[in-house]
Amino acid sequence: MLLNQFLLLGALLFAVGVYGVLARRNGVMVLMSIELMLNAVNLNLVAFGLQHDVVSGQVFALFIIAVAAAEVGVGLAIVLLLYRNRKSIAVDEFDLMKG
Amino acid sequence: MNLGALLAFVRPDLDWHALAPELTLLAVGTLVTVADIALDDKAKRMMPTLTGIGLLVTLVPILTLAVDGAERPMFGGAYVVDDFSLVLKALFILVGYVVVLMSVDYVREGDYYENEYYTLLLTSLLGMVMMASSRDLVSVFVALELLSIPAYMLAAWRKGGPRSNEAGLKYYLMGVFASAVMLYGMSLVFGVAGDTDFGTIAAALRGEGASPIVIVAILFVLIGFAFKVSAVPFHTWAPDTYEGAPTPVTAFLSVASKAAGFVALLGLVFVAFEGAADVVQPFFWVLAAVTMTVGNLIALRQTNIVRMLAYSGVAQGGFMLAPFAVAFEDDAWQLPGTDITTTPYFAIVVYAVIYAFMNLGAFSVVLAVSRRTRSGEISSYGGLFSYAPGMAVLMTLFLAALAGIPPASGFFAKFVVFWALAGAGTPAGWVLAVIVAVNAVIAFGYYARVLQQMWFEPVPEMVALGVDSGGDDELDFAEAADATAEQDEHGDAWLATETRQATMVRFTPGKIPMTGALAAALAITAIATLAFGVLPGLVSHFGEVATFHFGG
Repeated sequence: MLLNQFLLLGALLFAVGVYGVLARRNGVMVLMSIELMLNAVNLNLVAFGLQHDVVSGQVFALFIIAVAAAEVGVGLAIVLLLYRNRKSIAVDEFDLMKG
Repeated sequence: MNLGALLAFVRPDLDWHALAPELTLLAVGTLVTVADIALDDKAKRMMPTLTGIGLLVTLVPILTLAVDGAERPMFGGAYVVDDFSLVLKALFILVGYVVVLMSVDYVREGDYYENEYYTLLLTSLLGMVMMASSRDLVSVFVALELLSIPAYMLAAWRKGGPRSNEAGLKYYLMGVFASAVMLYGMSLVFGVAGDTDFGTIAAALRGEGASPIVIVAILFVLIGFAFKVSAVPFHTWAPDTYEGAPTPVTAFLSVASKAAGFVALLGLVFVAFEGAADVVQPFFWVLAAVTMTVGNLIALRQTNIVRMLAYSGVAQGGFMLAPFAVAFEDDAWQLPGTDITTTPYFAIVVYAVIYAFMNLGAFSVVLAVSRRTRSGEISSYGGLFSYAPGMAVLMTLFLAALAGIPPASGFFAKFVVFWALAGAGTPAGWVLAVIVAVNAVIAFGYYARVLQQMWFEPVPEMVALGVDSGGDDELDFAEAADATAEQDEHGDAWLATETRQATMVRFTPGKIPMTGALAAALAITAIATLAFGVLPGLVSHFGEVATFHFGG
């Protein structure tokens, strides 16, 4: 099986996601980058599961998909709340507290 | 899928007794929600009572399971109820109960959504209780998310408050980023081991040795949890989240959420990563040393008491991380009077239990005092002894415990950590033990500053209403009318970042308006802190019980 290719794709997606979280200012784009990271994990899990011929990799991936949906739901709610209060979702503008 | 396959499905045997604590918590959470829908406004006042009773009822099945004492693995070993998990489940439930006591008046006077608050608190507690039993990557992940997601919402609880919003956003972003990093590590661990349960992983890692993929996998998983326990350099969210979140939620996050992270680390390090000591120990050595030192040094220059407690919490986390650095060394010294064979493990459990009560106590005092002063500044504690001697004495007890002065309980916690490090008998252990000792002295500096304010300084004429007076600031519900006036006056002051200087208001000392619930929270934490200090046998008994059946 072409395990390497899947792992490389996973690593690439993960790296793109990390870059997005660190570099993007828009709250929604940050959430999408986190989704990229989680999907890189899913890809890894399914590929490894096939290689080892066990079902637990796919089961783990299903759990991650379900939990990620809940997580992003909460994230979007928080971004929406911020937008209502400040009319902006640029995450680097939230700096009331420092030190 | 054909119908035959569907009908052939047999439900696996469930051990209902073992699952009873989780099911009780779930039932109470549901009951709280249903009561709110069915009874409307009438239900509001009974929410905290219902939650508190529900939590105490949850202790019953934990006790019966402890009396029974059998180890009960379920779901193919992914979920295990044993003495270790029961001790920590009981701790989480008790912490939850104290947090409910702290929340009652805060939430009611702030006029927040009471039902949702307690439901989310119970859900988060359910996640923690599940974490104590998780022995599989999937169940660890699900428990971690179940305890984190409600906590994100609790941190952003004051919907109109800019600081609470910011606290929620920072906590959320850091939390999910950390989860994603941790999951990537877990996927690699799964790739190496071929299964997700701790036993298989341990066997696979022993065979594999420290290959590059194992190093990356383990580091990613541990870094994910380092965010959760706010270890330096992954601590940046903690002070901001703690300062901005409602104070009872801050207490909950700094105690329960951190303890849950440590519970997960205990399982992962001592069972799953047992074969990779070469990777785990140096990582924790550096992490613990940096966390203690940086946390303490930054805490020294804080002026807000909640931020100071946040950085002190970071530093205390460093003390708790330190025994991991000698996790797999042979014990040269045995703790006198015990049969402990894995002192590092014992030290972490004992520290977590003691830390929970002394830190909750300190936050309870902060909550009580702010009902009078409406300020979070350390300078507002000036002359506390002259008008509220009881509070000053209690705060002294909790700060002495945090600083590690006998006879308060923190001394025993630090002593056990020191013993574990020095007793490992390796040069690395000795050096870290010295770093722990030096940090304990540094920490005394900022705890003493609060003590000096309370006992020797005069009562301030003016106090600062927090850093920005954007109306809905923290800690200012004591006089609701005043708070509303403030809000109107400074309604959108926070929009402009340059108006962030503190607003000073005249302060008249007087009796602190106490309530029964807050007094109960103070009493429970004070008794626990004193009892664990005077009779360390109490807490070390639980530590021993937990150690024997899991680590040892």
